[in-house]
This record gives sequence, structure tokens and C-alpha cells, in this order.
Amino acid sequence: MKRADCIKALYPELHDRLVVTIMGACAQELYDLGHCDNFFYLEHAMGLASSIGLGLAMNLPDEKVIVLDGDGSVLMNLGSLATLARYRPPNLTHIIFDNGSLLSTGGFASHTTSGITDLAAIARGAGCPKVSLVTELYQFLEAAAEAFEGDEMATIVAKVEAVGPDHYGMDMKLPENAFLFERHISERQQAKKLVAGNR
Amino acid sequence: MTVSRDNSKMVYEGIKAAGIHFISALPETWLVYLLQLAENDPEMTLVEVAKEEEAIGIAAGAYFAGKPNALLMQNHGFLASINGIVSLALLYRIPLLMLIAHRGHIGEPYPWHTQGGILTEPVLRGLGLPFDSIRDPHKAAKQIREAQTFALSSLSPVALLLTRDLLED
Repeated sequence: MKRADCIKALYPELHDRLVVTIMGACAQELYDLGHCDNFFYLEHAMGLASSIGLGLAMNLPDEKVIVLDGDGSVLMNLGSLATLARYRPPNLTHIIFDNGSLLSTGGFASHTTSGITDLAAIARGAGCPKVSLVTELYQFLEAAAEAFEGDEMATIVAKVEAVGPDHYGMDMKLPENAFLFERHISERQQAKKLVAGNR
Repeated sequence: MTVSRDNSKMVYEGIKAAGIHFISALPETWLVYLLQLAENDPEMTLVEVAKEEEAIGIAAGAYFAGKPNALLMQNHGFLASINGIVSLALLYRIPLLMLIAHRGHIGEPYPWHTQGGILTEPVLRGLGLPFDSIRDPHKAAKQIREAQTFALSSLSPVALLLTRDLLED
């Protein structure tokens, strides 16, 4: 299974959600499908994508939040799994693409290579309420559909190949991404308030 | 050493007066009453993290969500958060309001706090972060409000150091 195929299959479902990705290949593969202002790419600060997702989900209970994470990033902030488990916002889906590799920085093996470290087991042990481990695209889509329809925080560990895009780059400045993301959320919240007010 | 309950309450009231209803924090002795007040306040959401750098991400998420928020941590937690401050908050121009217990400074009897205490202000300066110290509890509310205003206008993290004068009786 390739991460790019997973993201491509997920893409049509992402438009009415808030998406936070990690750096490198994951961000690039989503961006290349077409940027939307509800996407935030964390191009550095490895490990904090899930924390941003938690801050968003807890403060926007009427929005659905998706974090596209990776094994290297999660390994840098394992405590986040415990914090997510403790507060477990039901509107948060945490997808961890595990390619067993620090792909964007030279392809060095990560601790999850060959199953040495089991991120799904760590997430379960941290207390995350609904953890699935998938290795095939159809399983990934089933787990994602279940997560999106479910009423509890879901964690999906997707085993993917250590392959990424052949190019990197975005026609967007990093603060521009943050400004557009924040503005998008505020406009969406205002629109929801107007709709609620008209009822 | 006892932590000042009255002054903690005045700081907490300052946080509330600034319209803040979301705090991400890691417990620390000087913050004990502040965090108890937050925990027992139905109007406040308190997220306790496993390590302080997480709180930088959580605060960024809260900011994107449009929720006025603050971070509460010890200075050693600030030191542990630097990559998040640099490569999330500064890089993406995300304002943060950080209330930092300044342990290990003049008057500190515990050796283990001293190196972090001595280095806190130089590191804040090195990062180019605006900061101020709160010593007088009667000025806390104004300082918190002004720090929040400046964080939002400059799109930068701003730190307020909670001093021994403020938090010890």
C-alpha cells in the first residue's frame, strides 16, 4: 500500500473537514492533489501535528478534524498519544502512515522498521479508544469510513511503502498557509452561526 | 516555601478577564493553585500535557480555532518547547501567550532549578521573544491583557515570567 494512494482515495472526503499534515512527502502528496484552505501543512516541528489537531478538535466540536501523521513524527512526540487518549475528542481522526522510514530526510530506518516497534500497540497502551492497524487500501478505506462515521476518537495506523514524491515544493509561503487556514475556519464558523441564527 | 494562594487567584482572575477559556499546561509547584482554579472552573477547559512542547501545538490549534488561550508551564518546560516555538509559532506567525514560572532565579534554594533559571531570560532574548516579569499581583491582570494584545498584533509568542515575588508567600 502506498501513502499517496491512501491520500488520493481520502481526498474527496477532506473538503468539509480540517486537515493537518506532517512535513515532507505526506504534505506534498496532499498538496499535489490540489490545495484547499482547510489544509494546514506542518512543514517542521515534527511531532506536533497531532497536538494541533487536539487543540482544533477540542475547540471546534462541530468540525471534523483529521491529522495525517507519520511514524517518524509520532516517535518524536509519543506523549501526545497519551494526551490524545486522555482528552479523546470524538471529532478527531488520527491517521499515522507508518513507512518504517525517515523518508524525507534520507530514508533511514525508523524504530518501526520490520515491526520492531508497534505504534498501534503503543496507541492502545496509551489508552486511545479506537485503534486499527491496516495494511491494504480497502482496509484503510473501511477504517477511515468507520472513523468518520463513529462517535469516538479514532487512530488508524496504516502500514505503507517507503516511497514518496519525486519533487518537493509548494506555491505558498508557510505563514500564508497559516493565515488562510485560520481565516477559512473563522469564515466557516461565522457561516455556521448565521445558519443557526436563521433557524 | 509556600505558594501564594491569593496572588495565584489574582493571576487567574487576570487570565479570565482577558477572555481566556482554554489553557494548556503542565503542572508545576508554583502553578498548583492556578491549575486547581482552572480545573475547578466550569468555564475553563484545561488540557494537561505529557511534555510542554505539545502545548505549543495545542495552543496553535486553539488559535486557529479562534479561541483566546494561554499556556502555563515552568521555565524548564519552556526550554523543552523551543523547537515548537521556533518551527511552529515563529515560522508560521502564530501568537502564543505563555505564562512561565521562573524557577531557579535569585532566592532559589534548590540547586536543580538554578541552571534553567539563569538561562531563561537569555534564551528568551536569543529567540527574540518579547517578555516581561510579573512581580506585583495588582498589575497581573493588566500585564496579561497587554501581553495578549501584543501577541495578537505582532503574531508572535509573548512570555510573562511569574516571579518568586509573585508566587511565593
